[in-house]
Amino acid sequence: MNATTPNSFRNQPDERGHFGQFGGRYVAETLMPLILDLEAEYKRAKADPAFQAEFDDLLEHYVGRPSPLYFAPRLTEELGGAQIWFKREELNHTGAHKINNCIGQILLAIRMGKTRIIAETGAGQHGVATATVCARFGIPCVIYMGALDVERQKPNVFRMKLLGAQVVPVESGARTLKDAMNEALRDWVANVHDTFYIIGTAAGPHPYPELVRDFQSVIGKEARAQMLGRTGKLPDLLIAAVGGGSNAIGLFHPFLDDASVQMLGVEAGGHGVDTDQHAASLTGGVPGILHGNKTYLLQDEDGQITEAHSISAGLDYPGIGPEHSWLHDIGRVKYLPINDDEAMQAFQDCCRLEGIIPALESAHALAALPKVAKQYGKDQIILVNVSGRGDKDIFTVADKLGTTI
Amino acid sequence: MTRLSAAFAKGRPALVTFITGGDPTPSATGAILDALVEGGADVIELGMPFTDPMADGPAIQAANLRSLGAGTKTADIFAIAKGFRQRHPEIPLVLMGYANPMVARGAEWFADACADAGVDGIICVDIPAEEDGELGPALRAKGVSFIRLATPTTDAARLPAVLEGSSGFLYYVSVAGITGKQQAQLASIEQAVAHLKSGTDLPVVVGFGVRTPAQAADIAQHGDGVVVGSAIVDLIAEHGAHATGPVRELVSSLAAAVHGARAISDLA
Repeated sequence: MNATTPNSFRNQPDERGHFGQFGGRYVAETLMPLILDLEAEYKRAKADPAFQAEFDDLLEHYVGRPSPLYFAPRLTEELGGAQIWFKREELNHTGAHKINNCIGQILLAIRMGKTRIIAETGAGQHGVATATVCARFGIPCVIYMGALDVERQKPNVFRMKLLGAQVVPVESGARTLKDAMNEALRDWVANVHDTFYIIGTAAGPHPYPELVRDFQSVIGKEARAQMLGRTGKLPDLLIAAVGGGSNAIGLFHPFLDDASVQMLGVEAGGHGVDTDQHAASLTGGVPGILHGNKTYLLQDEDGQITEAHSISAGLDYPGIGPEHSWLHDIGRVKYLPINDDEAMQAFQDCCRLEGIIPALESAHALAALPKVAKQYGKDQIILVNVSGRGDKDIFTVADKLGTTI
Repeated sequence: MTRLSAAFAKGRPALVTFITGGDPTPSATGAILDALVEGGADVIELGMPFTDPMADGPAIQAANLRSLGAGTKTADIFAIAKGFRQRHPEIPLVLMGYANPMVARGAEWFADACADAGVDGIICVDIPAEEDGELGPALRAKGVSFIRLATPTTDAARLPAVLEGSSGFLYYVSVAGITGKQQAQLASIEQAVAHLKSGTDLPVVVGFGVRTPAQAADIAQHGDGVVVGSAIVDLIAEHGAHATGPVRELVSSLAAAVHGARAISDLA
């Protein structure tokens, strides 16, 4: 196994929350004491076997873990290169990887004595997962969601309401994930005394990128053990979609010190990274400061944040988690933009060939396969994180295909 | 004596007024700044517009959007500052905003531009003491104050870290929340200001949620200065480029209330 060594890629961030030059705690002074409390409590929780035991128990019996590792035979045959395997995060309770993180954070919130939960959501998957754990533990929650996303993700909005959450449509900006996060931060700063903010991705101020990564690392830890158990070897390439990047860092992190394992993060290329309609912050952005961390951002020369675009509401964000920015800069992980049309094609191929309807987010990861599968031999393994299921996206897809449901 | 320290050495509380630069347009801002001075403001805070004003309530969010919608660039903000400095050599001017527009071209560039434009200080919402590795040192090296914020959640253990490297004045955010919303209890402000003053000789200025002359006068009993922002920004929202008259009028009444606050209490 890979103990953390001085040369490890797995011992970030530093004690001040920095991944190289990225990350940090760029928040209003009002939030700083709370952020420091959270960091201290997370350290205590990590060292507490009872916390880990409760987390593991909920993941097994409530979420349904471990999620399967699946060999995709027809997709493998169609692509004519490496063996294609899926990590089936879409089979989790609530239909995506998001629940892993929410279980961890709600347990932290309870430890800290917080009695009210807030969250932001883009596609609604994190909102549903948050509403779910809040129902499970009987804690009231408010979900901030861009008004445009409320429109294009109606099934998830209804799910959240069924679960007892209050969903607040956010009308500012482009009315998407970034604006939802602004509004959640405004709520938090006004309610620090009783409110815990369950951030949905591996971004935001330290310690969020670290703790979200740790909670999501169950994906990679399981996948690593499952792959060794099934094939006796490690995968040659990991692929995952990256919006904020929690499913990707969750898969990648336990493999970072396995030198033979290559990794590819897939950014949302929207209408193309040569247009102004994409969400590829690493490919098309530069480092800056937003939402509590320093990271790659889509921005103009004055540092104004530019609007992201993706067919996938979950990837429609102009930033990325700080650890991805660091992994990008040091070259340990490669990042590739995939545009809307390529994701649509991969979405349909996965439905047709494997009988799995992937989330549009995950379809971005799948869309990288035709570009890379043939670069690997038939005895080599590519593992794709199918981070969520696509039921929520059928209206968007139908619309794009010119069909009315 | 710097322009900022002089503004707080007039033997009376200071009125600090905020508007967003470029609201409603870059060309209209100069006249509105003049109206603030004519009304009696002692310190001017000029907001640098940002696409994502996370610490601001609806009034100042809208002002940011109006400004950016009018095409305001960072260069316009510095041009506005420069013009102000030429017209008003003695009135301190502080830029207030968010980190990303300040560091987009590098902290050194920003500090140079501030010094060149005659900007006296910077208030940055989202660079707490813990992340002050670049911007603060760059500004201080150019003689520009880095004005820190203290809040109701800043406890005694944290206060020294907040005060370290802070200059110009200390901005007490009197409510845990966003701009332009509820006002804090006067008793809590009195207690907080006393606590802050026990740790620093810097003037302590109180802001967030102060809208009326009466509120401002109450706070001026305790703080060395009072900040009013959203109430002025609301007038700009209502009157646009014709806001100078109403702004001057409001600021005059605020200034009278703040400047005279302690005189009245001394008599009583």
